[in-house]
Amino acid sequence: MNKKGPLYAMFFSLFLLLPGCSSLTVLNPQGPAAKTLSDTIILSILVMLGVLAVVYILYIIMLVKYRAKKSNEGYIPPHEEGNIWLEATWIAIPIIIVAFLSVVTVKTTHAVENVPADYKDQKPLVIYASSSNWKWHFSYPEEGIETVNYVNFPVNRPVEFRLYSFGPITSFWIPQLAGQKYAMSDMTTYLNLVAETQGDFLGRNTNFSGKGYAQMEFTATSMSSDDYDKWVKDVKSTASQLTEDKFKSLLAAAHVGRETFSSTHLTFSPPPAEHSEHMDMDHSNMDHSNMEMSTDEHSHQSN
Amino acid sequence: MNFDLEKFKVHGEPLIYGAMISIALVSIGIVVGLTVFRKWGWLWREWLTTVDHKRIGVMYILAALLMLFRGGIDALMMRLQTAAPDMKFLDAQHYNEVFTTHGLIMILFMAMPFIIGLMNVVVPLQIGARDVAFPRLNAVSFWLFFFGAMLLNISFVIGGSPDAGWSAYFPLASLEFSPTVGNNYYSLALQISGIGTLMTGVNFIVTILKMRAPGMKLMRMPMFTWSVLITNVIIVFAFPVLTVALALMMFDRLFGSQFFTMANGGMDMLWANLFWVWGHPEVYIVILPAFGIYSEIIATFSKKNLYGYTSMVASMLIISLLSFLVWAHHFYTMGQGVMVNGFFSITTMAIAVPTGVKIFNWLFTLRKGRISFTTPMLYSLAFIPIFTIGGVTGVMLAMASADYQYHNTMFLVAHFHYVLIPGAVFAVIAGFHYWFPKVFGFRLNERLGKHAFWWIIISFNVAFFPLFILGLKGMTRRMYTYSAETGFGPLNMISFAGALGLAIGFVILVYNIYWSTRYMPRDENGDPWDARTLEWATHSPIPEYNFAVVPKVKSRDPFWAMKHDKQPLFEDPITKIHMPSNTGKPFVLGVVFFFLGFFLVFSMWIPAIVAGIGVLIVLAAMSFERDHGFYIPADKVITTEQKLGGGTV
Repeated sequence: MNKKGPLYAMFFSLFLLLPGCSSLTVLNPQGPAAKTLSDTIILSILVMLGVLAVVYILYIIMLVKYRAKKSNEGYIPPHEEGNIWLEATWIAIPIIIVAFLSVVTVKTTHAVENVPADYKDQKPLVIYASSSNWKWHFSYPEEGIETVNYVNFPVNRPVEFRLYSFGPITSFWIPQLAGQKYAMSDMTTYLNLVAETQGDFLGRNTNFSGKGYAQMEFTATSMSSDDYDKWVKDVKSTASQLTEDKFKSLLAAAHVGRETFSSTHLTFSPPPAEHSEHMDMDHSNMDHSNMEMSTDEHSHQSN
Repeated sequence: MNFDLEKFKVHGEPLIYGAMISIALVSIGIVVGLTVFRKWGWLWREWLTTVDHKRIGVMYILAALLMLFRGGIDALMMRLQTAAPDMKFLDAQHYNEVFTTHGLIMILFMAMPFIIGLMNVVVPLQIGARDVAFPRLNAVSFWLFFFGAMLLNISFVIGGSPDAGWSAYFPLASLEFSPTVGNNYYSLALQISGIGTLMTGVNFIVTILKMRAPGMKLMRMPMFTWSVLITNVIIVFAFPVLTVALALMMFDRLFGSQFFTMANGGMDMLWANLFWVWGHPEVYIVILPAFGIYSEIIATFSKKNLYGYTSMVASMLIISLLSFLVWAHHFYTMGQGVMVNGFFSITTMAIAVPTGVKIFNWLFTLRKGRISFTTPMLYSLAFIPIFTIGGVTGVMLAMASADYQYHNTMFLVAHFHYVLIPGAVFAVIAGFHYWFPKVFGFRLNERLGKHAFWWIIISFNVAFFPLFILGLKGMTRRMYTYSAETGFGPLNMISFAGALGLAIGFVILVYNIYWSTRYMPRDENGDPWDARTLEWATHSPIPEYNFAVVPKVKSRDPFWAMKHDKQPLFEDPITKIHMPSNTGKPFVLGVVFFFLGFFLVFSMWIPAIVAGIGVLIVLAAMSFERDHGFYIPADKVITTEQKLGGGTV
């Protein structure tokens, strides 16, 4: 019977660990995209606990009932080839589970790849987020401002991040607001999110990118649209311009603190083409024409 | 040519000086020991030049055990460094090298050679063959693997280890962002041992298809042989991709080509695609044989035949097909859209179906059995609940949307350790305990074996379960440090404690080998477990010719049928036996390949060209050599058989 002790211990440790849920960043979403993902994860955990339960119950029964003991000495186990109905059952049920989860996956992937459903009528705020060495540059083409290692945006407004990298592949992640996406040097990828509460959220790179990777964090702050407008106005009137030389020196530096500029690097250092071959259909539905950068971007693509 | 000693040096770390000193001491110890005990001739004749599949298997396993400890020490250093916030044990560069080599060594130089070692020892015996189809090629495979592994290992003290992760994503792994020679070692060490593995693949496919004993139809093969056959088919399809990818990587790094760079049309994600087109099947290369090992052990110690044999074979075939259709799940977050991610989600989740079939078949093999809890059986039984956790979290990760939150986090790290450790490490340990008496003629001590087992099983869960939660808390992998505010500290400390426990378990395991060698009683009949398959029908230790008489197979568990249904297995008279002769050339080939690799790593062109010519010379010498092997005369076979206790005649 010494088999069961550790098993129980494993179960108990599971229950002991569960109350920590609210401290689990991923399961504590503050926006619709992260909420969809959190719901998907919890649903899949429940389904999988069901699968585990079936396997564990059968397992315990088999081990308790059929272990060698004094009373079954001399017992000769039967020869069994298998059973077509039993085997069909444990092929069919997993297929049903996988089919169900596949539907969930495709639906939720579709949901988080686009502007969240309740915010479709609003024009998203476009922010280019690019990585270099171990820092993040955020360019606001509409406002004509740029920040380093922090990003501000209005609450309850869709934000479209356009991601790329000036170096190794990085992955842009604000776990409480949306799932992550790669930023690469040769294409631009898109990430849609909405923050539904005001506050500071931790964002970071999750894709190993060399020595300074562990420190490659930034703060994402969602604020009321009034505060946001005020901040933009402030930046425009007080911050210095981002010159090409200044930008080059920023790129070359390994780490820098927060920086703020009243112009963007997009004009002299345009982003790479979008990830068009792999773009799913819904992206092309998005209205690019009324965005300030779209003309620049398309002319870049035709180069 | 300007010779620059500086680039060989690895600076600063007391750990590295410690490693240098210990490597030097161990090497001197081995040389002195061999000289004092006059064992050089013995080493050369019996081991370095051997073409015997059993000895090659033993050497694979020895090398794998050594690498287990090398990779294990890497793991301990990592867990120690992250045990508490703001630890100062390793710096970023060192930590990056440690996690890179940990991954490389554990997958390519521990798990895979351990499995290839077991398959070398067992498969020819299981199919009633005298050796593998190409015994010399087998020796070449081993020495290429061995010297590839050594090349990677010396990087730690000469020039610096690879530091861009075991997946070596570009452009990070390019010369621009990884200017040290570390990733040169990566491309060359993996290339050399990879060529060896590819040859193993060809060798074992031919062996299994062409050298089975009369009567052993495909559907009568033991499950381990089936798993090995399918694994080697995967190797033959997957490894050429690695060969090409590594060659392109080498061109990029050594000759300034631009396949994966940022500028001039290089495509960084092409590397990721090539790497995972090989890399995902690679996961099944290390896991499918484990399924075979467990099938043998669970059947043996339940005293039952394997339940659902046909569906077991079918599920392995389906897994092998699907393994080539899932690679893009490694980069769902690359922005490839709903269509592509959806496709790869479904193929990935589909793997759960055949895997589930196997789990239930094992459970039903136990049903109505008479289960005895020996050490190999304990590992096999512990595999089921733990691997199931790995499996279900795999399904969770397969869901592309959810993966946006798990990708590159500790959740992923926990998942693949929950798959690979029970799926490969427990399996090779179980197989090691199970087949050990076959090779050496005595069992490992059961009491010590069980001690090690409980340490390993419990510590494993302590070490890796917390990582699931850390992942959901937002801790990403490969971070060498974190601040206290993140709250990652306590769970990481628990995980470190588990890692220590695992280390203790492995030390007990090795102590068991030492203890058992000295004190365990020798085995009398070659069948200590009352097993079912052919390998147990010959003596322990196994005579060089395996079977004095080629067995005639009439059922799936022929040895069981012989013992319990009195079905005769060895009917023919003993005749002379043809054997391949030993050769030193594979070893020499390994050595010149090692030097070729080493000189290329440091771009020392003239010596590299000399070594390259050396490779060609050895290859030419091998191909022009006429060697027809030799015969063991019948009367010598009879005397050997009588000395070992008869039985087969």
